[in-house]
Amino acid sequence: MDLDSLLPNLGEWLRGTGPDVDVVVSTRIRLARNLADVPFTTRASDAQKGEIEARVREAVGKSALEPRLDYLSVAELSPLDRLFLVERQLISRELASTLDGPRGVAFDTNESVSVMVNEEDHLRIQVMRSGLALDDAWDRIDKVDDALEARLSYAFHDQFGYLTACPTNVGTGLRASVMLHLPALGITKQIEKVFKALQKINLVVRGLYGEGSRASGDLYQISNQVTLGKSEPRLLTEIKEVIGMILQYERQARQVLLKERRQAEQDRVARAIGTLGSATMITSEETMELLSSVRLGIHLNLLDDLPHTTVNRLFIQSQAAHLQKLTGQQLDGEERNAARARYLRNCLRDLGGK
Amino acid sequence: MKCQRCPKQATLHITEVLPLDKFEEYHLCEECAKKYLYPMTAAKKSSGVHADDPGGKVCEVCGLKFVEFRNTGRLGCPHDYDSFRAELVPLLESIHGEPKHQGKTPRRLPRAKAGQRELAQLRRSLQEAISDEKYEEAARLRDRIRQLEEG
Repeated sequence: MDLDSLLPNLGEWLRGTGPDVDVVVSTRIRLARNLADVPFTTRASDAQKGEIEARVREAVGKSALEPRLDYLSVAELSPLDRLFLVERQLISRELASTLDGPRGVAFDTNESVSVMVNEEDHLRIQVMRSGLALDDAWDRIDKVDDALEARLSYAFHDQFGYLTACPTNVGTGLRASVMLHLPALGITKQIEKVFKALQKINLVVRGLYGEGSRASGDLYQISNQVTLGKSEPRLLTEIKEVIGMILQYERQARQVLLKERRQAEQDRVARAIGTLGSATMITSEETMELLSSVRLGIHLNLLDDLPHTTVNRLFIQSQAAHLQKLTGQQLDGEERNAARARYLRNCLRDLGGK
Repeated sequence: MKCQRCPKQATLHITEVLPLDKFEEYHLCEECAKKYLYPMTAAKKSSGVHADDPGGKVCEVCGLKFVEFRNTGRLGCPHDYDSFRAELVPLLESIHGEPKHQGKTPRRLPRAKAGQRELAQLRRSLQEAISDEKYEEAARLRDRIRQLEEG
């Protein structure tokens, strides 16, 4: 697969359509699976990892999944291509750089299904959906899992379910994550309260790039912590209930903003667009903050000449590896901030010219 | 001839039959041959030493000590869930609540389980063959294990 051909695409998770897309950016479900009778990845030799890779590749190839998944060996990719895949959420940072030996990822050109091989678990199957689509994502991943399981013998235990390298994933091996854009809860300072409530019911809040990452641009991932002792539909129902609640709070907070400080919000959005369209140097953190304001502005109808996928496009393409691919140059520090500003300026000018 | 992996004399000559009628030859000393034929066994230290502290407990399949799990938070192989069952159950309870799986089960479970029992037996025989230095037997067992794994 030619990775650069993905560059102009948004990928499934940033498609920008789907249920509740005013607040929910994307839905992701992943399943952790391991082959029976082979050590877990951290304890496998390179030869064993090679064997695991070969077996999964064969299973992926023969299972004739629609759409087709193509396999890429991550070990053979350049650091730039690896980072590119991380930014597109097709692989984890760990698979990209901290792990070694044979490992890889199979995914489709829509970027809706990805199967990481030799991550912490032998298989990490992932399905992405734009907007809030937990049931749809589950149906899909369940089928992908069945198709692979028909050709692979998974490690499964009567009492503990699907066995995983880390006991926090054992059982269903399922982690459902919903990525939410919660700027109004941030502005009205209610976000901490919401998250404290979440922790009590065993849901985890993380930043954009998973475990340990900081929330930026008001984007938060909510996911289940428990994986054992509850069936998949039950886990999904519990998350759905909570997400429903958060959606309601965020929408209420947005209405309050419109009612009580419309002028101030209009100003904030206009300034954000202004800065994005005129800066000559800009960090990715600042870009994320400004794009958050623009995203909110679009959904509050404070901006009418921008299609709402614009934010997603600027969001993905202003990240480090994407910028380097777009400009065709290696960029460090300041150069990257200058290239990012140039890219944002050009994009917004093109849009404004219409 | 010298071993391909260390300075010692090569005493074993292994021909791997690869897919598409390709062959690969290895010339190894006894120790490296053991590691090559069965990496998991070679990594294993003296097993089954039970102190009062469960940290000393070892999984007989992958050789992971419980203390290693405590340090890294990662288990070594699927069998660890049985090897360290007594230690893991309280942990699983505190993470998840009820430590009994609900939900999806693999469709081909019965067949896979039968296969896994045979595999476990073959692996034991393989370890014995290696410690008895019956390398031809070991290679035959290993191939049969691969065959079953791919089944």
